[in-house]
Amino acid sequence: MRHRLQFTIKKLVRMALLLLGVSLSAFLLMDAAPLDPLQTNIGQAALGSMSPEQLARLEEYWGVNTPAAERYLAWLSGALRGDFGVSLLYRRPVAEVISLRLGASVWLLLSAWALAGVLGLTLGVLAGANRGRWPDLLIRAACLTVSSTPSFWLALLLLMVFSVWLGILPIGLAVPIGTAAADVTLPQRLLHALLPALTLSVAGMANIALHTREKAVDVLDSDYIFLARARGERHILIRHVLRNVTLPAITLQFASIGEIIGGSVLVEQVFSYPGLGQAAVAAGLGGDLPLLLGITVITAVLVFGGNLAADLLYGVVDPRIRRGAAKG
Amino acid sequence: MEPILTADHLSVAFTRYGRGLSRIALSALTDLSLTVDAGRVTALVGGSGAGKSLLAHAVFHLLPRNAHTAGTICYDGAPLTPARARALRGREISLIPQGITYLDPMMKVGPQVRRGRRDGMSRARCREILARYGLGSEVEELYPFELSGGMARRVLIACAVMDSPRLIVADEPTPGLDSQTAGRVLAHFQELAEQGTGVLLITHDLELARTVAHKIVVLREGRTVDEVPAALFQTGEGLTHPYSRALWQAMPENGLIVDREVSVL
Ligand SMILES: Nc1ncnc2c1ncn2[C@@H]1O[C@H](COP(=O)(O)OP(=O)(O)O)[C@@H](O)[C@H]1O
Ligand SMILES: [Mg+2]
Repeated sequence: MRHRLQFTIKKLVRMALLLLGVSLSAFLLMDAAPLDPLQTNIGQAALGSMSPEQLARLEEYWGVNTPAAERYLAWLSGALRGDFGVSLLYRRPVAEVISLRLGASVWLLLSAWALAGVLGLTLGVLAGANRGRWPDLLIRAACLTVSSTPSFWLALLLLMVFSVWLGILPIGLAVPIGTAAADVTLPQRLLHALLPALTLSVAGMANIALHTREKAVDVLDSDYIFLARARGERHILIRHVLRNVTLPAITLQFASIGEIIGGSVLVEQVFSYPGLGQAAVAAGLGGDLPLLLGITVITAVLVFGGNLAADLLYGVVDPRIRRGAAKG
Repeated sequence: MEPILTADHLSVAFTRYGRGLSRIALSALTDLSLTVDAGRVTALVGGSGAGKSLLAHAVFHLLPRNAHTAGTICYDGAPLTPARARALRGREISLIPQGITYLDPMMKVGPQVRRGRRDGMSRARCREILARYGLGSEVEELYPFELSGGMARRVLIACAVMDSPRLIVADEPTPGLDSQTAGRVLAHFQELAEQGTGVLLITHDLELARTVAHKIVVLREGRTVDEVPAALFQTGEGLTHPYSRALWQAMPENGLIVDREVSVL
């Protein structure tokens, strides 16, 4: 138990250091870009009609003439207290904008993530069990194809087929147009999230399926499967193969969090889904430095948190680590 | 005595891809014949690479995909077809495999021995068999990585005798066991034979074979060279085949006689 606690603390310290590094390098990169906070905040036209005194006051407010190091430290001390500054575009606290957008994205991200894991594991085991026969070839070909396909292109393709030609799924947005927020039903939300979630899950799924297939092939060639056959066991796939391929799949599953969040930036754009990914695009194109920095840090936390969860879960699921740690 | 298993002119060859698309056939068993009687312990003796494990796997129809067999294997008077083997595996015929890598690393010993069955009778039987080999019931809760080599071997043997098979094929079951445990395991084989089970004991240890078995089959380079009552290997008299004689002569005590004569000179 002490071992596990030490392990967790070490990981948390490392995560804090990494976050510090990510925020600093993101800050420096954005600072080096030719962005004008005033133009972002009030627009080119309004800027032209302002008096020099007004401009000076605004520059003072947004810290245009403050040195970068001072601004970063100010941001950092605020961030540690949960204050990520004010978004230039939305003119509201960054934390508020992010929590609102994340709230919209979270179901999309979670369902894509779960779909990637479940489908990937199932397809991988199926392919491994049918090594060299058509289900294996089909699954592998499909996985290789989709993992080399850009997600925005796949999103367009799915939209074209299901929304335009077949007309059975909505063409975008998270809710139907012209419906009051209170009137939106759960099935309507699910229907709108279906295509984006599918698109997002595809890359992670293909990766998990291909790796699981290799592992399943190794397991099926192993001595213990031989003995299970010699003992006339039934349900070998579930009893032995699944048990032995799940652990590596879990690691991949958590590692895919980064891919899914990264993919959401493009996919939400194509589906006009008003989530965190779309906010990131808006912040980037609009030069909204506080918001972009906030989103960068939040997504880094999610990715690191996912990896930490994978490490901890591994210790719970794998008897070799669980019992080894309990003894040592 | 009724023969429970017979192999008649069995041969096994492996195809391998050589240079380009050419295929090479490597024959591993060339002409193997043996009979295992019900109620008897038959020992299959041969050096490393003689093809002992291959015979064991052939009986269970679990050879690798690139293996081709010829000849016949009969079980209980009828040819052992793949379908029949599938139906008999785990019911009437049991294999004790050679290594300890044959245990699922992610499954506890108890469920593994019981093949997942949870009824009271299976549990009681599992406990009884493990106890017989000196393993307490706490072993059921352990994972294979927590077992010593000797314990893992005993677990594998427990798996095989779990549901009273009519034929047991034991592929080198004793290396890694201390002499007391090995004795207990071999005594159990003899006891099972007395109750009517056919036991095929595969070993490279002639000494062990002649103390436990009724009959010894000598295998060399995939070929049966001799099939004789074990008693012949006590005195060496009546052994006609030169390879069998050579094996007998190579045994430590026979070697010692030679040594003593040499040292007297
Ligand atoms: N899968 C395989 N492919 C090719 N050759 C094999 C294979 N398995 C075993 N052999 C060959 O068959 C021979 C007998 O092997 P084996 O039955 O394991 O010997 P042992 O008597 O030591 O148990 C060996 O020479 C080995 O090289
Ligand atoms: Mg062998």
